[in-house]
Amino acid sequence: MNTHLHESLDKLGKRLNAGRVPYAVSGVLLVLGTLLVYHSPRSILSFLVFAISVSMVYFLKMNKTVKLLLAVFIAVILVPILGARNIFYLEVIFQIAVFAALALGLNIVVGFSGILNLGYVAFYAVGAYLWGFFGSQQAFLLHAIPGTAPLDTPFLLAPEWFYIFIFLGIIAAAFVGLLLGLPVLRVRGDYLAIVTLGFGEVVRQLVNNLDKPINLTNGPQGITPIQRPPLPQGVVDVFNAIVEPIVGNKLTISEFYNILFYFIALVVVIAAILVTQRLDDSKIGRAWTAIREDELAATAMGIPANKMKLIAFAVGASFAGGMGVLFAASRTFVSPDSFNFMQSIGVLTMVILGGVGSIPGVIIGAAVVIMLNLQILQSFSLYLSQLRQSEAVIPIINFAWKNLSTQLDPAKYQRLLFGIILVLMMIYRPAGILPAARRKRELKNMDAAPEIDPPAEPATSDKEQNNG
Amino acid sequence: MADTGSFLQARGVIKRFGGLTAVNKMDFDIERGRIFSIIGPNGAGKTTFFNTISGIYRADEGSITFQGNRIDRMPPETITAHRIARTFQNIRLFGSMTVVENIMIGAYTRLKQTPLEILFRLKRFKDEEQHAEQHAQELMEYVGVHGLGNELASNLPYGAQRRVEIARALAAEPELLLLDEPTAGMNPHESEDAMHLFRRLRDDLGIAILLIEHDMRVVMQVSERITVMDYGEKIAEGEPKEIAANPRVIEAYLGRGAASGLSA
Repeated sequence: MNTHLHESLDKLGKRLNAGRVPYAVSGVLLVLGTLLVYHSPRSILSFLVFAISVSMVYFLKMNKTVKLLLAVFIAVILVPILGARNIFYLEVIFQIAVFAALALGLNIVVGFSGILNLGYVAFYAVGAYLWGFFGSQQAFLLHAIPGTAPLDTPFLLAPEWFYIFIFLGIIAAAFVGLLLGLPVLRVRGDYLAIVTLGFGEVVRQLVNNLDKPINLTNGPQGITPIQRPPLPQGVVDVFNAIVEPIVGNKLTISEFYNILFYFIALVVVIAAILVTQRLDDSKIGRAWTAIREDELAATAMGIPANKMKLIAFAVGASFAGGMGVLFAASRTFVSPDSFNFMQSIGVLTMVILGGVGSIPGVIIGAAVVIMLNLQILQSFSLYLSQLRQSEAVIPIINFAWKNLSTQLDPAKYQRLLFGIILVLMMIYRPAGILPAARRKRELKNMDAAPEIDPPAEPATSDKEQNNG
Repeated sequence: MADTGSFLQARGVIKRFGGLTAVNKMDFDIERGRIFSIIGPNGAGKTTFFNTISGIYRADEGSITFQGNRIDRMPPETITAHRIARTFQNIRLFGSMTVVENIMIGAYTRLKQTPLEILFRLKRFKDEEQHAEQHAQELMEYVGVHGLGNELASNLPYGAQRRVEIARALAAEPELLLLDEPTAGMNPHESEDAMHLFRRLRDDLGIAILLIEHDMRVVMQVSERITVMDYGEKIAEGEPKEIAANPRVIEAYLGRGAASGLSA
């Protein structure tokens, strides 16, 4: 049954990629998706059509320049304008970008180097609390009891510092990554997972309790308000002048911030993709894969395993640190609740679902999880509650929707659903939605593959390695 | 440091595992550009001694020097950088990577690219990668697996995997190559090819080779000097002919009394 499915998918793929078909398909889908979202911005279906059309641009075989131009057009013009019709979409896309960067960072540690890290969200907290502290009034409230801030407390830094703090967040998280890496390198396998899990909890408990003796984090209440980067009035006016006739209404300041954060997140995630790709395709990336495959053989090939693992930890952590700063500014609020264990598991889910070690895979993984969370489950919940209020009855079994228990709320079953999806994935597609593939190089002599005898039974394979 | 004249020199090397002394007071010398073999029954401590040279184990006592440097306290990656490369008894290729990538990993210590050059794709990085890729292909041709560059290592047949492992070790540009049972599982025709390859490595590239080998035909034909180990100790050393006639060796292989029976 599985092979049958694969065959028909293959056939479909071939048909879609023949000649000019991909241009037509992605063009038509894109126009359709745009019109649908424009016409009915609240419909989840129209957003899905749009999302699929965007992924078609990525997956179908087209001229590279065409693809790039289309991508720029979608990212810079289409999404902000459609987002202005329904600002919620920008929130969804922003979250996808944030979690895509987190998943990319975790993928370097888990996917490339094969080190299971269950406390990854701690690095995200480092970035968030860094800007949370320096971008708020907290520095002047060190001796105040949480929740008793006088109204006229000044801010420590000007909001422009936000942009510098993205870089500082990256550096700070990388440094913390190194700190965590040092003890973690002494343990392996299950023990390592436990240590990283513990580290994640330590960081969360720290921010939870560092409201005394000096109030650094404001404890469980969290820090607020945190400054957002400044929005020049000129840009707002120009954008409104362009968008108002298309969208039909002026955008509020908070909606503008949605657009601004969308763009910043986009830049950060593109940087993360480039860094990941380039490291992967270099001496460093090959060393990571070698360590994952067989650490002993890797060291025998001259790879300093501990150093490479530390680099993996630092680079992976840095993505989370940068996005943490962005998160703190976009919410204007940070609290320990945002950095619990389930968040780490959530990012890990994205990596596993999308494809461990696969760059496009983990991005798709992040998109799927976020869309399921924020959109599909929510709208399904909404639909059920509407049914409950209606007089509708299921025929044949004669079940009235209004008798449906209010406990049955899909949004509450989110984790159950992800559990089921993960189990099914592990059975039917263990390598993820888009499995990692090794890059094929353009090598000479490809036509001259020699005839090689079929594998002989290794005569000594059952002997132990170390007693020779 | 001490005695720079010798190439590889081991003195009084002891390696214990708990109460078991796997390698006991090994003295051992290899000269530049020659082929040496270590033979001995299973469990004699051959691979343990190998692992001690390549740094995977740390010797409990004794010293190992290579080209004048004490290597017995170095981690394996540093030893590789000092130009000792190895293969493994039970082939340890990186299965999910392609053959070319496997060989390029072998060249890890020879690549000088810095993170900055990698992230900004500077010319020096591109040149080095291209050169490494080309060199990997030359090595594939040299060991006889050309045209398989884009295959995943795990998909290769057994004999080809052995060759790729040798190519990977060669990419580190070694002066001493440690081969742990390189012809295990090969048919006579394949091991003939392998012997030919070993001689070419010695003659063309001037690489010294240390073999652990069970196939006596290979050992006797290819090695210039043989060391025999039993119960962790060196029991004999000499040229192939001497070893073949040595009663202690025959005893170790065939059991007590066999030597007198054979010579009678």
